[in-house]
Amino acid sequence: MAETILDVRDLETRFRTPDGVVHAVNGVSFGLKEGETLGVVGESGCGKSVTMLSLLRLIPSPPGEIVKGEAFFHGRDLLKMSDEEIRAVRGAQISMVFQDPMTSLNPVITIGQQLAEPLLLHLRMSRKEAETRAAELLSMVGIPNARERLKDYPHQYSGGMRQRVMIAMALSCNPQILIADEPTTALDVTIQAQIIDLVKRLRDNLGMAIIWITHDLGIIAGLAQRVIVMYGGLIIEEAEVKELYANPQHPYTIGLLKSLPRLDRKERTRLYSIEGLPPILYRKPQACPFAPRCSYAIERCWQENPPLDVVAPDHRVACWVDPQTGRSRA
Amino acid sequence: MNTSEPLVRVENLVMHFPIYRGVIRRQVGAVRAVDGVTFDIQGGETLGLVGESGCGKTTVGRTILQLYRPTAGKVYFMGTDLTRLKGEELRRMRREMQMIFQDPYASLNPRMTIGEIVGEPLLVHGIAKGKELEDRVAELLQLVKLNPAFASRYPHEFSGGQRQRIGIARALALNPKFIVCDEPISALDVSIQAQVINLLEELQEKFHLTYLFVAHDLSVVRHISNRVAVMYLGIIVEIAEKNELYEHPLHPYTQALLSAVPIPDPVAEAQRKRIILEGDVPSPVNPPSGCRFRTRCPIARPICAEQVPQLRELGSGHYVACHFAENSAVA
Repeated sequence: MAETILDVRDLETRFRTPDGVVHAVNGVSFGLKEGETLGVVGESGCGKSVTMLSLLRLIPSPPGEIVKGEAFFHGRDLLKMSDEEIRAVRGAQISMVFQDPMTSLNPVITIGQQLAEPLLLHLRMSRKEAETRAAELLSMVGIPNARERLKDYPHQYSGGMRQRVMIAMALSCNPQILIADEPTTALDVTIQAQIIDLVKRLRDNLGMAIIWITHDLGIIAGLAQRVIVMYGGLIIEEAEVKELYANPQHPYTIGLLKSLPRLDRKERTRLYSIEGLPPILYRKPQACPFAPRCSYAIERCWQENPPLDVVAPDHRVACWVDPQTGRSRA
Repeated sequence: MNTSEPLVRVENLVMHFPIYRGVIRRQVGAVRAVDGVTFDIQGGETLGLVGESGCGKTTVGRTILQLYRPTAGKVYFMGTDLTRLKGEELRRMRREMQMIFQDPYASLNPRMTIGEIVGEPLLVHGIAKGKELEDRVAELLQLVKLNPAFASRYPHEFSGGQRQRIGIARALALNPKFIVCDEPISALDVSIQAQVINLLEELQEKFHLTYLFVAHDLSVVRHISNRVAVMYLGIIVEIAEKNELYEHPLHPYTQALLSAVPIPDPVAEAQRKRIILEGDVPSPVNPPSGCRFRTRCPIARPICAEQVPQLRELGSGHYVACHFAENSAVA
């Protein structure tokens, strides 16, 4: 069994907004094993990105505030580190790739200089070493003519190429964890396939653990080993990937999977649809946040928030109801 | 293609956007967004139009509605060539054809109430006013499953899915026959997408609507369409009945595109073979000679650079523009 390298416990993050305090993350706990790919699925506002940004202490404060929780990385709590300590981890041992490759790069600095920056900073390489390594990294992510193209500026690269640069940059210091936040959402599907193919190859060669955040259940199906489903700032289901798709237990996961039109499905049946909207939480949820949209909801769902309980080996669900019987669990 | 008269017929449609440069604004070139596209849409049918960003699919939709006046080609709507119509004549035809936009945040005027937004087409075309207008607006809001009491509210008070419903209600106001749906769900959350797709299907049945459904999401397009056309760099490379297209794609681009779409099922995913295309889509200012896809095509040969492959029929209603379509049917 691989060693757990990241252990997050009871994380809570909120934001002060003009409309009130938004409870974005409301007690999230999960672990990540060495070399594992973990998929984090949820819709906008479910807290998936804020969870990861909190771990890396990238939440702007104010308005954001990490209220509670621990996040152990090799036994050290990321949330209690000094600014200097977390900077040494960020970009070196844990790195991140964001959704928008257009705005994540500085438009007035060459690709080469931007790639060299973490190498100079974290690995204390000389300029010359950094340049050689930057060219290696560019060819590793499949950009031809790498040495020449180091001199280019971001606008000379296409969207897919910029995302490759972001991945090269994130992997430059051989991180143990790569956090990818919807890295292919802004890209076309054939370019998305290129990027996912690239990440899989790099993962197999370099062996880093990956946390892949997305709203796309299709991408996760082909990429992750384990999946976390988030809703209302909480993890509502967690399972090994095949188990989750074959045997979803939370009414939200069940509904989401049923509502997706599939490329390999011939007949045109009406899509299942989850009525209502995802919530914006101005209070920490005291009941199940999905209850207002849930067709299985019973009285208890409106009174108490269900804990994330084990229902099968390696399968945890936060729901009072057993969707098979429609009755209360236990 | 079909024996009956189509509702919409597009013939050799070309839309070039000029590029000007210098102080005297000399034209130095053109973005060849749509470069000779021909297809029919039958009444009551949904034609899916797919392709990646920049392939010209949105421009086709807008040019059909004469929101852009085409550079060349014809657009017949109920037998009338729209490209020849002007002013009042065109305005009258516009009642019959409407559009639903991609971005439900940008396509509604933030200073107008929902009632004003939905009722505006009725006012502009002088169809209803006063109490009659109010009643019709209430009816339209109910049709898209919104509370009629929302008429006095403003767009910012609504979620993305609700705003898209408002846009749909507005498009329906004049009882159109034909609606161009331009990526109507791609800005919405996953759980909201199914709501809007179901609504569009219900409305189609109820009012016998004809849709041109422009989208990049191939799973959604398979679900909602009867026939599907695939665009690449300004031209249609393949068009067929939807199950035929998804199960027997003949163009190497269609094959690659379909293979790239992830399926939400780990077991199915593990068995799939992906065709990974090299490189990026070339610029539509200066497209490759011959077949436009040849620079990324896994089966390209010298002839592909020399001769433009014509759209030809292979199997009933299945049209493909590839010199080697017969050999590529393996996938």
